[in-house]
Amino acid sequence: MKERLQELQAEALQKVEEASSLKGLNDIRVSYLGKKGPITEVLRGMGKLSAEERPVIGALANEVREAIAEQIEAKQVQLEEAAIAEKLAAETIDVTLPGSPVRTGSKHPLTKVVEEIEDLFISMGYAVAEGPEVEKDYYNFEALNLPKGHPARDMQDSFYITEDILLRTHTSPVQARTMEKHQGKGPVKIICPGKVYRRDNDDATHSHQFMQIEGLVVDENIRMSDLKGTLDVFAKKMFGEDREIRLRPSFFPFTEPSVEMDISCKVCGGKGCSVCKGTGWIEILGAGMVHPNVLEMAGFDSKKYSGFAFGMGPERIAMLKYGVDDIRHFYTNDIRFLKQFSKHEE
Amino acid sequence: MFVSYKWLQEYVDLSGISPVELAEKITKSGIEVEGVEKKSEGIKGVVIGHVLEKVKHPEADKLNICQVDLGQETPVQIICGAPNVDKGQKVAVATVGAVLPGNFKIKKAKLRGEESNGMICSLQELGIEPKVVAKDYSSGIFVFPSEAEAGQDALSLLGLDDAILELGLTPNRADAMSMLGVAYEVGAILGREVKWPEISEHSSSEEASGYISVKVDAKEDNPLYVAKVIKDVKIGPSPLWMQTLLMNSGIRPHNNIVDITNYVLLEYGQPLHAFDYNKIGSKEILVRRASEGEKIVTLDEAERTLKADHLVITNGTDPIALAGVMGGANSEVDTDTTTVLLESAYFTGGVIRKASKDHGLRSEASSRYEKGVDPNRVRQAAERAADLMAQYAGGTVLNGSVTADALQIEPAVVSITLEKINRVLGTHLQMDQVQSIFKRLQFTVDVSGDEITVTVPTRRGDITIEEDLIEEVARLFGYDNLPLTLPVAETGPGGLTSYQLKRRKVRSFLEGAGLYQAVTYSLTTNEKANQYALETADTIRLAMPMSEERSTLRLSITPQLLEILKYNIARQNDSIAIYETGSVFLKNGEHELPVEKEHLAGALTGLWHSQLWQGEKKPVDFYVAKGVLEGLFSVLGISEAVSYHPAAIPGMHPGRTAEIKLNGEAVGFVGQIHPKVQKDMDLKETFVFELSLQSVLKVHVEPISYTSIPRFPSITRDIALVVDRETAAGQIYSVITEAGGKLLKEVSVFDLYEGERMEQGKKSIAFSLKYLDPERTLTDEEVTKAHNKVLKTVEEKTGAALRA
Repeated sequence: MKERLQELQAEALQKVEEASSLKGLNDIRVSYLGKKGPITEVLRGMGKLSAEERPVIGALANEVREAIAEQIEAKQVQLEEAAIAEKLAAETIDVTLPGSPVRTGSKHPLTKVVEEIEDLFISMGYAVAEGPEVEKDYYNFEALNLPKGHPARDMQDSFYITEDILLRTHTSPVQARTMEKHQGKGPVKIICPGKVYRRDNDDATHSHQFMQIEGLVVDENIRMSDLKGTLDVFAKKMFGEDREIRLRPSFFPFTEPSVEMDISCKVCGGKGCSVCKGTGWIEILGAGMVHPNVLEMAGFDSKKYSGFAFGMGPERIAMLKYGVDDIRHFYTNDIRFLKQFSKHEE
Repeated sequence: MFVSYKWLQEYVDLSGISPVELAEKITKSGIEVEGVEKKSEGIKGVVIGHVLEKVKHPEADKLNICQVDLGQETPVQIICGAPNVDKGQKVAVATVGAVLPGNFKIKKAKLRGEESNGMICSLQELGIEPKVVAKDYSSGIFVFPSEAEAGQDALSLLGLDDAILELGLTPNRADAMSMLGVAYEVGAILGREVKWPEISEHSSSEEASGYISVKVDAKEDNPLYVAKVIKDVKIGPSPLWMQTLLMNSGIRPHNNIVDITNYVLLEYGQPLHAFDYNKIGSKEILVRRASEGEKIVTLDEAERTLKADHLVITNGTDPIALAGVMGGANSEVDTDTTTVLLESAYFTGGVIRKASKDHGLRSEASSRYEKGVDPNRVRQAAERAADLMAQYAGGTVLNGSVTADALQIEPAVVSITLEKINRVLGTHLQMDQVQSIFKRLQFTVDVSGDEITVTVPTRRGDITIEEDLIEEVARLFGYDNLPLTLPVAETGPGGLTSYQLKRRKVRSFLEGAGLYQAVTYSLTTNEKANQYALETADTIRLAMPMSEERSTLRLSITPQLLEILKYNIARQNDSIAIYETGSVFLKNGEHELPVEKEHLAGALTGLWHSQLWQGEKKPVDFYVAKGVLEGLFSVLGISEAVSYHPAAIPGMHPGRTAEIKLNGEAVGFVGQIHPKVQKDMDLKETFVFELSLQSVLKVHVEPISYTSIPRFPSITRDIALVVDRETAAGQIYSVITEAGGKLLKEVSVFDLYEGERMEQGKKSIAFSLKYLDPERTLTDEEVTKAHNKVLKTVEEKTGAALRA
C-alpha cells in the first residue's frame, strides 16, 4: 500500500504539473482528492492492515494528500496569473492613436494684445474707460485742441455722418469725456481701448478700421519724467527687458511737449533691416504732456493740474510681436489665422 | 521736405558731422529724418563727354555714330539712340566698365555692325526721377553747359554725390520747410551760427511804381503784398548748380526765372510768383476774393471754376493767378518774356487751404501758406529773387517795391519760470542751462529772478505758450537725458468694471467651449446693415463712403459672421465655430449720437466633434448652439431668468429658431439660417445666435452662497408621456416643475420618440424626476403621493397620457 500511495503521489504531481487550465486542475483535484478518489480508496482498505501498519499508512496517506493539495494550490495561483496576463494581452490597444479631441477656441490676437496691455496698466492702478465709437466732432477734435479748420485735422481724414457727428478717429474722445466727468478734480488714471476709423484704403499696412489703446493720467504735479518712466515700464514688460527705448520729440495737437517712442528692432538688433527700414528703430507709440487747452476745455485748471497721455495701435504691436505681415489678416478671420493664437505665451 | 547736405552747408557749418550723424541728431531733437539718400550710390564710371562728330548709322535710322572726347588721348566711338544728340554737345557718358542704377554694367558692344564704347546717358538712366527732369530732356539725353570739361565727373556736376535728408515734418514745424529754417534748427542743435545769403543792392533809372500799382481788397486774407519789376530779362536755362539743387529737392527745372522763384522758395520758405509783365494786360494788381463761378486756367492748363472763398490775383478785372496755389496760364513766363513782375506775398492759411483742397491742388507754395510763412521774410525773399534774376537772367531790377501792407508783425513774447520748467519735466535744470538753450535757438531772452521772458522770432509761429517753451527746452536738453520716474498720484485701485469683468468671462467661456473670437468691420452695405437686427431702427449711412461695401453702420453682427463662414468654407475649412462681441448702432434723432449697443453673436457650422478613426461624427445642430448659450447663461448665473420660444425671424429657419427672453424680455435669438440663405451664400447647415450683451450683462447676480450637501438619499421616478407632436417639451417641463412641489429637486428629459410605433401626430417624451428631502429620508409613500400629483396635473394641463 505504501508503494501504491507513493505511486499515486508521483502520478498526481505529474498531472498537476501538466495541467494547463483551471478546469483541468480542478478535475485533477476531484479525481485524486475527492471522496471517490484513489487515496480515499486506499484509506478505506486500511482495515486489512495490521495495527502497526495502520498509523504509518494513515500518516503517509495524509502526507500524500497534503502534498498533492499543496501542489494544486500552487499550480492554481500560477494558472490564474497566466489567465489574467492573457486577458490583459488581449485588451492591448495602440496608445499612439490620437485621443478624443477636446474643443478649444481662442481669443483674437488683437484682444490678446489689448488685454495684455490693459492688465499691465491695471496692475499700475489704471481703470479701463470706454466710450462711443460714433462721436461728436466736439469730443473727437475740438475738445482735443483741434478746432475746425486746424491743419492737423488733415492727419486723420475722417468718416463723417453729419457735419457734427463722425466715426471717432482715435480713442482720445474717451479721455475728453472722462476728464469732463471728473469735473475738474483729479486724479484721473485711465486706459482706453477701442475701435477707431479713418478714411484709408485697406491694404497691407492700412485699415479703415483699427484699434487703439490710449492712457491718460491727470493730477497735480504729473511730470514728463513720469511719462518717460511709465513708457519705460510698459515697453520692457511688453517687448522684453533687452529692448532699447528711444524717445523723440514729435507733434500732436493735444499734447505739448509731444513724444514718439521707438524700440530697438528685434529682427536686426538695431543694425538696420527691412522691418525697421534701415533705421534700427521701430516706432511704437505717441505720447506727451496733456496740452493746457485740453485740460481747460475739460474743466481742469491747467495751472494746478498737469497730465500725460499716450496712445498706440494694437495691430501694429501684434504685427511686430507675432510677425504678421498684413494688417488685413486681423479682419479677414481666416480660421487658420485665428487658430495660431491659442497657446499661452511666457 | 528734402534737404541737400551740400546746400545746407552754405547756411551753417557742418564740418565734422556726417550726413548720417546729422540725421540722427535732427531726429533726436525733434524732426524725424525718414531717410538719408545718396543718389550716386551704386553708380560709377560716368564722365563728361564732348561729342566731336555725329553721323547717321548706315544700318539703323534711329541710331547715330558719335565720336566722343572723354578727356583722353583719343576719342571713342559711341552709338547713341537719343533723338537730341548732336555735334558739339557736352553729355554724360557711361564709359566701358561703368555701373548704372540697377547694377546695369556697361560693356563694349557692337550695334548693327558698329562698335560702341559706352553709353550716352539721359538723366533717368542715372537714377533721377522722371518727374523732376526738365521737359526739354524728358525724352532724350541731358546736355550740359559748354563749360563742362570732357573727362570731368558727371555725377558730381549733377549733384548726385550729395546726401539728401528726407525730413518728415509735423504740421507745427512749418519753419523747417526752408533751408534757412533747417539751418536754424541745425544751428541750435550744434550750437553754430546761421549764415544768410548776401543780397546785392540794385539801382536803376526807373521806379517799379511807374509800372504797377497794387491794391488788396481782401486784407484779412492778404495783409502784405510785395511786387517788384525786373526788366530786360533773357529767358534761358538756370545755372546747372541751381537745377541740380532743385532736382535734389524734388522740383523740376523750367527756366532761369521760374527756377529762381523756386530756389528762393526753398531757401527762405517764402513762395514767390513771376508774372510775364507784358501779359498782365494792365498796370495794376488787385487782390480780391473770387466771384462765384468765375473761371481761371491755371499753369497746368486746367480750367478751374472758383468760389467766393477762393482768393485771386487779378489785373483789376480778370484773375491772373489763384493766390498762393498756382499761377494763371494767361500770364505765364515763357521764352519771349522780357519783363517780370515778381510777387512775394503773405497769404493767411485758411483761404489757401480751402482753395487747395477744393481744387485738389497741393503745390510747394500752398503747402507752405497753409502752415504759415514767416512774415518777416516776405520782403527779403523778393529782394533775394530779384538779385538772382539780375545775376542769372541778366535783368535790371527797377527801384523799390510796390506794396500793399496792412500786416502787423508782433513777435510772441512768452514768460515762464525755471521752477515750472523743472516741475513739468521732472528735471533739475539751472537757469544758465535753460538760457543757453534759448540762445542756441536764437531766441531773445530776458531773465529776471526765476522768470525767463522769451521773445520768439516770427519764423517760429508754433511757439505761443509756456508749454511750447518747455518743449524747446526738453528737446534740446535731450529726451534721453530726462529722468525716469513714475507718477506718485494717490489713485484708487483701478481695475475693470463689473461689466468689463463679465465681458471677459463671456469671452473665456466661449473660447473654452471651442469658439474662436472674430473681429469684423462695423461698416457694411446698406442691405446687410439691418439683416438679423434685434431691434428695428433706421440705418446710419456715412456722408461720403469710400465704397458701397463700407457705407453703413451695422445693426447686427450675424451677417458679418456669415461672411466669415463663407470665406472659410471657400478655402476648405468646413467646421467653424466663431463668435464676436462688438457694437451695433441704432439711429437716434438727426443731431444726436446713435444708440450703441454691445452685441454677442456666434456662428457654427460643420462638425462639432469628430474622432474619425473611431467613426464618431457629431455635426453642429440647433441643440449644440443652444447648449453653448445655456452653458454661458449658467456661468453668468442667469439660467433661471432665460426662456426660449419658437420664433419666426426673417432669414432664419422657421421651424428651428428660438427667441431668447430674459425675464420675459426679448434679448436675442438662436437658430438655423434659412436654407435659402444658406444656399445663396454657399453655406452648409449653419447655426447662429445673437444677443444684446448689454442686456445680458446688466442683470444683477446674487453672490455665491453655499448650500449644504444633502445627507439623505434621493428617489428617482421616470415617466414616459404620450403627447401631441406640437406640445413643447418646455411646456411639460414647466408643468412638472410647478406641480412637483418642494420635494421635486430635478427634472430632466431622457428620451424622445416620434417613430412608427407611435399613433399619428403623437410623440413620446420621457422625464426623469428626482425627489429629495434634505432633512430626512423620504418614504416610498411620500414620493408616490407627490409623483401622482405631478402625473395628474400633467395629464390635465397638457393632455398627456402615460405611455403604456
